Amino acid sequence: MLLEINDLHVYYKSYWYILKVLNGVWLRVDKGERVGIIGESGSGKTTLLKSILKILPQNGIIPRGEIRYDGKNILKLGDNELTKIRRKEIGIIFQDPMAALNPVFTIKEQLYDIIKHKMMIEGHNPSSKELHEQAVKILNDVRLPDPERVLKSYPFQLSGGMRQRVMIAMALISAEKLLLADEPTTNLDVTIQDQILKLIHKLVTEKNLSTILVSHALGMVYQMTDRVFVLYAGDIMEEAGTNELFNHPKHPYTQLLISSTPRLSSVGVGEGIKGKIPDYRNPPPGCRFAPRCPYVMDKCINMKPGKIQVNRDHVVSCYLYD
Amino acid sequence: MTAENVTTSTRLQNILSNYYVRKILLSIVTLFGISILIFTIARVLPGDPARLALGPRAPEDVVEQYRKLLRLDQPIYIQYFYWLLDVFNGRFGLSLVTFRDVLTDIVEFLPATVELIIFTLIIDVIGAFSLGVISGRKPNSMIDNAVRIFAYAGIAIPSFVWAIILQLVLANWLDILPAYGRLSLGIEVNRITGLITVDSLLSGNLVAFADAITHLIIPSLSLAIGCIAQEARILRANLIENINKDYILNMYAHGIPSSIIFFKYALKPSMIPTVTIMTLDMASMLGNAFLVELIFNWPGLSRYGITAMLRKDLNAIVGVVLVIGLAYTIASIIIDLLVSYLDPRVRYKR
Repeated sequence: MLLEINDLHVYYKSYWYILKVLNGVWLRVDKGERVGIIGESGSGKTTLLKSILKILPQNGIIPRGEIRYDGKNILKLGDNELTKIRRKEIGIIFQDPMAALNPVFTIKEQLYDIIKHKMMIEGHNPSSKELHEQAVKILNDVRLPDPERVLKSYPFQLSGGMRQRVMIAMALISAEKLLLADEPTTNLDVTIQDQILKLIHKLVTEKNLSTILVSHALGMVYQMTDRVFVLYAGDIMEEAGTNELFNHPKHPYTQLLISSTPRLSSVGVGEGIKGKIPDYRNPPPGCRFAPRCPYVMDKCINMKPGKIQVNRDHVVSCYLYD
Repeated sequence: MTAENVTTSTRLQNILSNYYVRKILLSIVTLFGISILIFTIARVLPGDPARLALGPRAPEDVVEQYRKLLRLDQPIYIQYFYWLLDVFNGRFGLSLVTFRDVLTDIVEFLPATVELIIFTLIIDVIGAFSLGVISGRKPNSMIDNAVRIFAYAGIAIPSFVWAIILQLVLANWLDILPAYGRLSLGIEVNRITGLITVDSLLSGNLVAFADAITHLIIPSLSLAIGCIAQEARILRANLIENINKDYILNMYAHGIPSSIIFFKYALKPSMIPTVTIMTLDMASMLGNAFLVELIFNWPGLSRYGITAMLRKDLNAIVGVVLVIGLAYTIASIIIDLLVSYLDPRVRYKR
């Protein structure tokens, strides 16, 4: 087991209230496994990824839970060990490459710093010539034409697709074991999305990386993952092998999510799910999906259901299968 | 059109398409506009400048003669035309108070103000950046709260009140700094540039230099406090906002040391709004300086300008306002240079 998350709670504190976003999330990623996390916007997918690297915004707190990476709890790790993991073991691709690249520094300045600090933890202080060679090589790896020009550019001088390739290049510098991809194609043109996906797929396969792919594009998750977790309002609702999950969804939320996705083959648009994500200031005490669930029962409202094993490779958190 | 004409005209177009050339040409037009406006306003205000200049007991025919000499009996546009003619000959008209050319007065009084403002700016830049950084580095800590309380006080209390407080505490009670003036009695410096600190260094008079600096501290500090407070708050707010941006979290995700993240990747984008405000503050200091100059008996341009307003010294008013307009123009060019240095998005748009 490369990564195992248990009972993870993440809150955002503001002056007047506390947003209780993650509510006891669990997650498992095996070595070489490609895991998908699906769920609608605002479910806490990005928060979950950021807590794995402990890079939550300053008002984010983790009151409870553990994130075991390679046997060690990341939340209790000393600075040195955490830095080592951040520099050369886990890499992250952010959702919006424009927001994730510093607007007032060239790609070169940002990329050099990242490469330099990674090499330094390997006990080697690189010369600027080495940095340059490495940077060009990395940009070539992500199929960026004219790396020299890209290095000299500021983020706003590149197209969306190029920015995302730079982002992927940065993430791969650090991701020698695990790659976290937070909706890597959401902010791109449809024509570019497929190219970027194929690129990520190819690089991940070549380097035999474990991945967590977060997305609400279900087709993409279906194609690219081995196992899927369904996250809704900060709770894992269901976990299963990708084929099992898409063909035999058990949780009412998963069923609605899959049926509301528009398909090319069917006529019209899916129905969607009535209602919206609960208010995190005062979330439902029981199952967080209860207020929107068509099969809601009395006990759903007061007590959160536990993990229920429906078969060997399928876990669901719902009283319907109790 | 001949080939040569074409190249000349394209060359001209190239020069005109340069952002700064356009900006400078535009500010010349603006200064012209200001001169027309202030020239007119100064003349339509109630009160007879000739009478004010000569005093209530001067006989009417003398006053009338003086009015003719100043061309006050002519229509305003004729007066303005003659004034422009004077300006192109390097004269800004006679001051009714000092009976000298306004330009001579400006040359005499401006350096004291410029020296005051330069020193204020130095204190301002050091103060604003260090307080903003200290505060933004550890938001809501004790030291941040202390800085914020100071910032509220700094903004709420006007500079002349600071001037009096500082004068009282540092000069009267503690007696560690001189209370007013530019130099102590008995110390003299030959005038070269008019900036005493520079002149004393040029003539190798270190005693005078030290003396001039001690005289500058209280007035500059009282002018700077309000600016420091405002700018430190803006820098703090921008730092706190930017430190949670994805581009910063991305650097944390790569294990970059937090000092590099803060002082390089967060500070630079956060400086852009602060620098803009700072340069605008610099221009308005010229206007804010007058009460401070009054309190510290500082022979500067602001005090000269106020006297001109009260005495309806027409040409002096126009001269002083033009200098202030010029200061704003220079400030806005400095803002552009600094911001385009800090922000490549601005640089490449031009």
